[in-house]
Amino acid sequence: MIAVILGCGRVGARLASVLDQEGYDVRIIDRNTDAFRRLSPDFRGQAIVGSGIDDDVLMRAGIDKAAVFAAVTNDDNTNIMASQIAKVLHHVPKVITRIYDPSREDTYHTLGLETVCPTTLGAQLIEQMLDAYEKQKKEAQPLAGAEVKS
Amino acid sequence: MYVVVAGGGKVGFYLAKALIAEGHEVLVIEREARKAEIINEELGSVVLRGDACEASTLSEAGVNRADVVVAVTGHDEDNLVICQMAKKKFNVPRTIARINNPKNEQIFRLLGIDSTVSSTDLIMQQIEQELHAQALVHLRLLRDADLELIQAPVAPQSAVVGKKLREIRFPKETLILAVVHDGTTSVGSADTRLEAGDLVIALTRASREPELRALLLA
Repeated sequence: MIAVILGCGRVGARLASVLDQEGYDVRIIDRNTDAFRRLSPDFRGQAIVGSGIDDDVLMRAGIDKAAVFAAVTNDDNTNIMASQIAKVLHHVPKVITRIYDPSREDTYHTLGLETVCPTTLGAQLIEQMLDAYEKQKKEAQPLAGAEVKS
Repeated sequence: MYVVVAGGGKVGFYLAKALIAEGHEVLVIEREARKAEIINEELGSVVLRGDACEASTLSEAGVNRADVVVAVTGHDEDNLVICQMAKKKFNVPRTIARINNPKNEQIFRLLGIDSTVSSTDLIMQQIEQELHAQALVHLRLLRDADLELIQAPVAPQSAVVGKKLREIRFPKETLILAVVHDGTTSVGSADTRLEAGDLVIALTRASREPELRALLLA
C-alpha cells in the first residue's frame, strides 16, 4: 500500500518512519532536499523533491495509486490545496490535512477534509494538565483554603 | 459593484486602480505594511491590512456583501484558499483566482473557483499566435460550453483547396464562421470557396479539433 506524505519536517519524517515500519510503501515529498536529512537512516521509502501543489510532482509520488495521503508541511494553504488534489482529483481513500489556524481548520473540516489542528490539540492538552494539577493540589491539601472555625 | 482584491502586489495594485477608475467600490487586502502604505498613498484609503486567508480578515473586509472576490497573490495555494473561504464561508457569488501553474486551472475549477487567470497561459497563447502563424491557433476557449474558437490556415496540400464550404465534409459540431482571403474577411456561407493560404475561423467542440486540424492542415 502506497502512503504519500507531503512535508518532511519533524512530523513528516517521523510519520514516514512509522508507516515504513508498519509495511507501507512510503513516498515523502519536500521542496527542500536538506529536509530529507531528518529521515531515519533505515527508512526504505522514496524521497521526492518538488512542490506538493504541483500535480506532476504528486503523480511522480504515485498519488493516483495511493491508499493514504497526509499533508504536513508548515504551510496551511499548501496542505489544504494538496489534500484537495489528492481527494477530489485522485480519489485517495484516506486524506489527512494538518492545519495550524483553528478557524481555517473549522472551515475545511466542515467542507469535508479530515483535519488535525496542532494548535487546538496543544492548548487542550496543556489545559487538561493544568486542571489535573489543580485537582491534585486540592486533594493533597484538603484543608487548604478552608476557613478555620473555633 | 463591491470588489475585494486579495493581494496588493503589482497585479493587485493596477487592478484596484483600474476598478476604482471605473467607479467600483474596491478594497485591497494586503499583509505587508509597506505595500499597504504605498497603495493607500496612491489610491486613497482602500487597503485593509491583514491575511486574506483568515476568516476574521475577510469578515472585517465585509466580504459577505462583496459581488466579486479576486485573489491575486503570487501563490496559487493562497489564492485557492482565499476564493474557497469567500465562496463557502461568505457566499460570495463570484470568485476569480490568479494562477501560476497552468495545470491548476482544471484543479481550481474542480474545487469550485469560478474563473482563473493564468499569466503563463496568456503569454504562451500570445507566443503561439506570433510564432506559429501557419498553425492552428486557439483564439478562445468557451469552457462551460466545451467549445473552442480557433483559427487555422488552409494548407496548399489540403483536400479542401478549391472547394466550396457546402462541398466539404467538416467534422460534426463544427461551424465555419469566417474565411479570411487576401486580408478580406467574409462570413462563411455555403458558397464560400477555400483557397490555399486562406485563414479559417471556426467554432468547434474541443474533441473535434484534431479532425478539423487534419482536414485543413494535412
